[in-house]
Amino acid sequence: MENIKKNNEDSLLEEIELSNVSRRKFLRFSSLFGVSVIAVGSIGGLTGCDKDDDDPMAINLGSGDTGVLNYAYALEQLEAAFYTQVITSQYSGITAAEVSYLTDIRDHEIAHREFFKTALGANAIPALQVDFSTVNFGSRASVLGTARAFEDLGVSAYNGAGKLLTDVNNLLIAGKIVSVEARHAALIRELITPNSFGASDVVDSNGLDVVRTPSEVLAIAGTYLKSALNASNLPTS
Amino acid sequence: MNLYNVIKEIEKVDPEVYERLDGRRGALKSFSHIAGRVAAVSLPFLMGSMFKKAYGQTSTQIVGVLNFALTLEYLESEFYKKGVSTAGLIPAADLPGITVVRDHEVAHVAILRATIIQLGGTPVTLTQASFDFTAGNGSMNGPYSTVFTSYDTFLAVAQAFEDTGVRAYKGQAGNLISNNDVLTAALRIHSVEGRHAAYVRYIRQKRGATNNKPWITGNDAGGIPGVAAVYAGEEATTQAGVVITNINGMSISANAASEAFDEPLTQAQVTAIVDPFII
Repeated sequence: MENIKKNNEDSLLEEIELSNVSRRKFLRFSSLFGVSVIAVGSIGGLTGCDKDDDDPMAINLGSGDTGVLNYAYALEQLEAAFYTQVITSQYSGITAAEVSYLTDIRDHEIAHREFFKTALGANAIPALQVDFSTVNFGSRASVLGTARAFEDLGVSAYNGAGKLLTDVNNLLIAGKIVSVEARHAALIRELITPNSFGASDVVDSNGLDVVRTPSEVLAIAGTYLKSALNASNLPTS
Repeated sequence: MNLYNVIKEIEKVDPEVYERLDGRRGALKSFSHIAGRVAAVSLPFLMGSMFKKAYGQTSTQIVGVLNFALTLEYLESEFYKKGVSTAGLIPAADLPGITVVRDHEVAHVAILRATIIQLGGTPVTLTQASFDFTAGNGSMNGPYSTVFTSYDTFLAVAQAFEDTGVRAYKGQAGNLISNNDVLTAALRIHSVEGRHAAYVRYIRQKRGATNNKPWITGNDAGGIPGVAAVYAGEEATTQAGVVITNINGMSISANAASEAFDEPLTQAQVTAIVDPFII
């Protein structure tokens, strides 16, 4: 039973490993709300200054499904804070339609943020401090450009996080959210450039959307966060 | 057949086989003792069930899911191919975007076919002749009989297909959780369908369907007749037991709560929706 590897670039499968096993998927069913073996390893968000991490005060996302959900919670905090500021300090020349769209998106992101906070309960990381000093909230181009970056980043993050989850219920929740992020991304892109909802910078020649690992995502998101995050205990497959 | 020796052999190439089976070596070893007392004829059956537990969804099950997805991608790709090639149907301003959607759907067909073959399965093959985009079940005179002569009808059918596609992939994600590569690819297709849905909905909103936002509000069908099943259940405002409306004291309306989360459909629900379009 040797591993089978194929290199057909037109296929979804970069690697077929026996019948494609994800390491932790079958025997660890950690529900979002139950006491779980996974949660034991990640009590609270502030535990442990991982010795692999440069910043001993970094907020530890935790491990297992809890860590992945905290990772999503961090991104939703960032997005919700951004759109909250977009609506409170609206850019010049904003149209009524744009106010309506951006208000909807703000509410969706707040709903996502508060959902994760509630679902994670005692395992939730604390509220993060954001840094939007690179954003010019008076400029349509700056605001929508940042919004596009956040939405495409969010889509790529959820697409990359799906395989890290072990509980199908958590996977379903992630799926329910990511398509809404994709809807946001498409709308923001249309507001910037017509017909760019799925341009080749985000959707590749196989028709597949952008995907990123947590470390790739957090490197980008870090620009907008004062709080340092420690993702070293997140699952990698 | 000595079951324990078989497991030992597997362990040589897969050190985590015990983890997969039970997580505790001792328990597996005791299982092997039990198996030793079972009639030899039932051993293959026992082993099949053990390995299914260890290695999750079988390739056959995954191929089944992918062929279901492939059928939907054929429906969409043949629909957009016909639309894009119909002179005078799509306004010049929108033609580049609809063409991008077509290209994505054609690419989805290709990559799903290749993946099914790689998994040892046989992909379904469908053509333009397999579909009746008027939803007439082959009569070519169904409720959307103007689908290729009226741009608004074309967009209405497109919106129904895209929103159904988003819900269909979402409903199958759990059935792919054992295969990281296929799951990730399916998720990457799923979000592209979400982009398409938002784009088509946005065009329709600009063309007069004023309440038809890029996201789905309640179970509103955006003024499209005959598609209630596409939106049934989208009005959910509770997620995993958490009430989203006004959550934690925030001012979140029921509409926003429903918009913030898209909902899945089962394969049976999707099949019922697309059935009138497939001859």
